[in-house]
Amino acid sequence: AEQCCVSLSVNPSRGLMDEKFIILVQKALPGFQLTIHASYHCEDGNSWEAFAHYTADAGGTVNVSQDTSLGGTYSGVEAMGLLWSLRPVPGSKPGLRLRKKNVQTPMEVTISVYQGHQTEGFVDQVPLASVLVERWYMAPGVCRIPITEEGLTATLFVPAGNGPFPGLLDLWGGGGPLVEYRAALLASHGIASLALNYLTPKTTMETGKMVDNQYFEKAYKFLQQHPQICDSRIAMLGLSLGSAFTLKMAVYSQVMKLRCVVCIGGSHVQPVDGSVEQVLGYMEKNSEKTRFTENNEMIWRDLLLPIPTDPSFKVDVGRLKCPLMLVVSEDDQNWPAPESAKDMKEMMERAGNSHLLTVLSYPNAGHLIEPPYTPHVRISMFRTVVMALWGGQMVEHSRAQEDAWKKILIFLRENLYDSTKPGATTLSHL
Amino acid sequence: MWSKCRWSTVMFSFLHRRSSVMSQTPPIVSVLPTRGLVDEKFKVLVENLPPGRPVTVRSLHHSDNGHYWEAFGFYTSDHRGTVNVSKDQSVGGTYTGKEPMGLLWSMCPVPGSHKGLRLRKLNMCSPMLVNISVHSGHEGFRDGAPLASVLVERWYMAPGVKRIDVQEKGLLGTLFLPPGPGPFPGILDLWGGGGGLVEYRSALLASHGFATMSLDYLSCGQPVFTYVETAFNFIKDHPQVIADRVGVVGLCLGSLPALYLAADSTVVKVVKQITSPLLLVSGCDDQNWPSFETAEDINQTMRAAGNDHLLSRLDYPDSGHLIEPPFSPHFRASTFVTTNKRKAMILWGGKTKPHSDAQEDSWRKILSFLQQHLCCSLNAKL
Repeated sequence: AEQCCVSLSVNPSRGLMDEKFIILVQKALPGFQLTIHASYHCEDGNSWEAFAHYTADAGGTVNVSQDTSLGGTYSGVEAMGLLWSLRPVPGSKPGLRLRKKNVQTPMEVTISVYQGHQTEGFVDQVPLASVLVERWYMAPGVCRIPITEEGLTATLFVPAGNGPFPGLLDLWGGGGPLVEYRAALLASHGIASLALNYLTPKTTMETGKMVDNQYFEKAYKFLQQHPQICDSRIAMLGLSLGSAFTLKMAVYSQVMKLRCVVCIGGSHVQPVDGSVEQVLGYMEKNSEKTRFTENNEMIWRDLLLPIPTDPSFKVDVGRLKCPLMLVVSEDDQNWPAPESAKDMKEMMERAGNSHLLTVLSYPNAGHLIEPPYTPHVRISMFRTVVMALWGGQMVEHSRAQEDAWKKILIFLRENLYDSTKPGATTLSHL
Repeated sequence: MWSKCRWSTVMFSFLHRRSSVMSQTPPIVSVLPTRGLVDEKFKVLVENLPPGRPVTVRSLHHSDNGHYWEAFGFYTSDHRGTVNVSKDQSVGGTYTGKEPMGLLWSMCPVPGSHKGLRLRKLNMCSPMLVNISVHSGHEGFRDGAPLASVLVERWYMAPGVKRIDVQEKGLLGTLFLPPGPGPFPGILDLWGGGGGLVEYRSALLASHGFATMSLDYLSCGQPVFTYVETAFNFIKDHPQVIADRVGVVGLCLGSLPALYLAADSTVVKVVKQITSPLLLVSGCDDQNWPSFETAEDINQTMRAAGNDHLLSRLDYPDSGHLIEPPFSPHFRASTFVTTNKRKAMILWGGKTKPHSDAQEDSWRKILSFLQQHLCCSLNAKL
């Protein structure tokens, strides 16, 4: 029987996680209805998929970057929709989150073309064509180095080349074991980045004691002393709970002289003299303020509200000496990031250092603003025990991720590479 | 699994201490894509230089057989402190002018290398690693450490392409299957008199959707034309190949069996019996085969026989014999081991820039020709 030789290509077939690709279907009949499907099998055994309906034009072509999806897991003109609209396949456990643990291998996504406008049963059909696409967190030549010196539990990612490079301390939130992918991606953009485990490092696992604030300073000193890192060009980036410690260290540490700071989905509200244990204890004390959705998902944004007036419970950002970028999601159901950002802005205006502040605020985005093109989850399992509500709507959240990442990279590039030229250094490929 | 970290340590044996170097703004070199197919173009951008600064952009590659190859271009940063290799003019080096891919096709062995080297990738499952770096100054650029560098991967195999050893029916070959359900159009890929099993063009053709087999037809000990026919039938009968959509690509000596198959193998080397579309690619400065004269002769024979409507020709002035996939370096001569195991220096011919342009142009047209004749026309059933 004659086979249809519809051709499918994705360029680049091997890209970084934050690079755009172009999906092209050619040699279809004009007006041919087809479904483009993406399939991804996670390391943890779960499967994710996305799909979109297109109609070939008069030349028999579909160009996902230019043409309109008529429906599926996304609609409209969305070059990267097949990635950010990925969702667990029917029958999956609830509350899944897509996070790559092993950053040394690529995320392998299968992109296929099926005949007609389909919504299910892809696994039982033979596609017209199919290609494999690799998405990498690590650019070629980036080195991954586990760090255990000085009692630290961390992973360092060093860009390709001699250096010296600017450095960055990368703090995640309370959600689980050490996650490396953001540090790996930052190294792929020329910044030597240290993903630091401050909640479950080896010392805590062995002694039961949480780390003290000097632990963060040790991590900073480690970066400073590294032969491939420039000691005067170190930044800090925190997400969620990580923002709390990022802000504390940026303002109060005598040791850390940061070039700039980025806080995503975080707050300055905490006992300012408190250690990690005490900060967590403060939140624990307020846990009766937890609200629940009708599905019993936990909303934690109220734990730190109302924003205190007592200065011993909020980091005095009026004393900050370096540029600060706050990334805020307006539908953050986990942390009161918008309220905190507003309060921080007022504090800085009163103190006269608000020229250091940049706030990125995204309507309908949820708490977990991650590097772009990975799927938004509105809820997920938190530490495998409870279901947390993060908030956000898929399309706006995905746009927020893309926009925030671009601006974070420009902010880091400007401050760490010290471009004093007029206008931002363009990252032409983003 | 090649070790990226080891590469960094081997290639750069001195690490700069921080401080004085970084008190100036360090430049940034970026390449897009960092992982591409060997026939894909890339963009090389250097940023954050002081304006009006002379710099050298250099590529360096350590081949599978242990030699170092390099190319470099001399540039001056613009008022924004940027050098864009795709748009700016190189004023010297191994290439000049506006040449986005000059850092690859103008590569030559580093000073002090043996004579007559040829760059060929042997292992298809790993990429060609190219280090792109930026250096201060022009003529003396080697004297200082690179200001910045980046590592680029160039692949013959797209993700999902499968490599399969073929050792049945007495055949010795390698089959490359594209990703996807198939079936695919098929290609038999025949190299030249250098012998051995050369896989890279087949791997690349599979990355473009053709189920392609490389064949070692010289060491098989059988009559070549029968052997090649067996191989052709093997491809035709393969469950993932569309039986009536199989073509042949032949380079140099390999063109002879290719022509034989094109004539339906009924009569040896009778060009007027050719019944399939035929594309002849000739370098007009070919010093190894009289390929241009042969193409002219074939053309005349087919015209007289009334089948020249099947013939397309690509003739490239100042190109040499080895017209390979694009962006690979040109060698005007290289060492060649003859059948009685003697080493000779063979002159292939061609001048670097016209030859490289020919490689780029011909590859695009070869792929187009193969797609036109091997990929189905629109399926009326749909």
